[in-house]
Amino acid sequence: MADITFKIDNVDIKGKPGQTIMEAADAAGIYIPRLCTYEGLQPHGSCRVCTVFVNGRAQAACTQPIAEGITVDNSSEEVQQIRKDIIEMLFVEGNHYCMFCEKSGNCELQALAYRLGVLAPKYPYLFPKRDIDASHKDIFIDRNRCVLCGRCVRASQDIDGKNVFEFVDRGPDKRVAVNSEAKLSDTEIDVTDKAVEVCPVGALLKKRVGYAVPIGERLYDNKPIGSEIENKNQSS
Amino acid sequence: MGKPKVATASLAGCFGCHMSLLDIDDKILKLVELVEFNKSPVDDIKKFTERCAVGLIEGGCANEENAHNLQDFRRNCDILISVGDCAIMGGIPAMRNGIPLQECLQKAYLEGPTIYNPTGKAPNGPDIPLLLDKVYPCSEIVKMDYHLPGCPPPAETLWQALVALLTDKPLDLPYELIKYD
Repeated sequence: MADITFKIDNVDIKGKPGQTIMEAADAAGIYIPRLCTYEGLQPHGSCRVCTVFVNGRAQAACTQPIAEGITVDNSSEEVQQIRKDIIEMLFVEGNHYCMFCEKSGNCELQALAYRLGVLAPKYPYLFPKRDIDASHKDIFIDRNRCVLCGRCVRASQDIDGKNVFEFVDRGPDKRVAVNSEAKLSDTEIDVTDKAVEVCPVGALLKKRVGYAVPIGERLYDNKPIGSEIENKNQSS
Repeated sequence: MGKPKVATASLAGCFGCHMSLLDIDDKILKLVELVEFNKSPVDDIKKFTERCAVGLIEGGCANEENAHNLQDFRRNCDILISVGDCAIMGGIPAMRNGIPLQECLQKAYLEGPTIYNPTGKAPNGPDIPLLLDKVYPCSEIVKMDYHLPGCPPPAETLWQALVALLTDKPLDLPYELIKYD
């Protein structure tokens, strides 16, 4: 089938039929910030961090398919502000103590805040009461840090074939629960499962491997999240 | 007129942010040329003696005294800056926010595994500032003008922010200097 031509920030982009805006942008070396989506998992469209304006309307780039002649706004102040607001809301909605979190420096939520230049959220902190499940011998869940991206739910279902996680309740009470009578230790989850690897924050972590990489050498210490996609463009 | 006045305070913090300020190394000599410190642990001035251009606040508000101190800073400073994660979001002390105060005191002074406390009571008296129901970020007590994140903020962040403010230039922190840990 013929390529589809469209514009991102006034630059002509060619994509293949069936691609989403994010897939086409990635291939062209243009980074669209994202949180809930993960390569290899079905797009979820829930975090809205990848919001772009398509012909003037807000859409999630991870689920919206490309179409001939559309114009995509990925960098205007308005789009950036929406993304920033979402990230700030995620920070105040949970209990994100970066100063002692094992994920700090490798955390996608934190890295997005760095990239978008968030010095402090403008919203009041909610300090919700969330629980921790450390019953499993190799893995623990800290729901204080969970951003409800659903990556673990999808990875466990679609890749691990185990169905360990699920969402329960709604609104502010929504949380990741485990599919068992009681605890994470009662499930079939294993430390090598994809579900453990995909958590963007420090909510689902392996035990006894924290703080292994020194400050200054972690994933996002020196280069912003998304630069691997942008650099792909420069080298090709 | 003289040099701009700077005041600093450590509320419910660990003094790590003040340490980071000292960590600007020999630039501290330049800083002393640029500004004069007023109320601050740096020079041990306990009360404001004149109006200050900049107030640097480390730590959130965990007790009555923290809150009053912060309000005092707001009254006496033109610009107030939250320095570090504790001032911005409460930090480590705010971990108690999900636990009722009574339970915290019970655990800390009566039930902990290493506690010897024959009085059987949590400390209480007119000299001890009353604890607040939770630890508040500074911006929930008074208006804060700027925020410098980090635990502590890198020395270079503090330096660049102060220089930008004192020379009336926009602050454009490079990527490496915005850190939350």
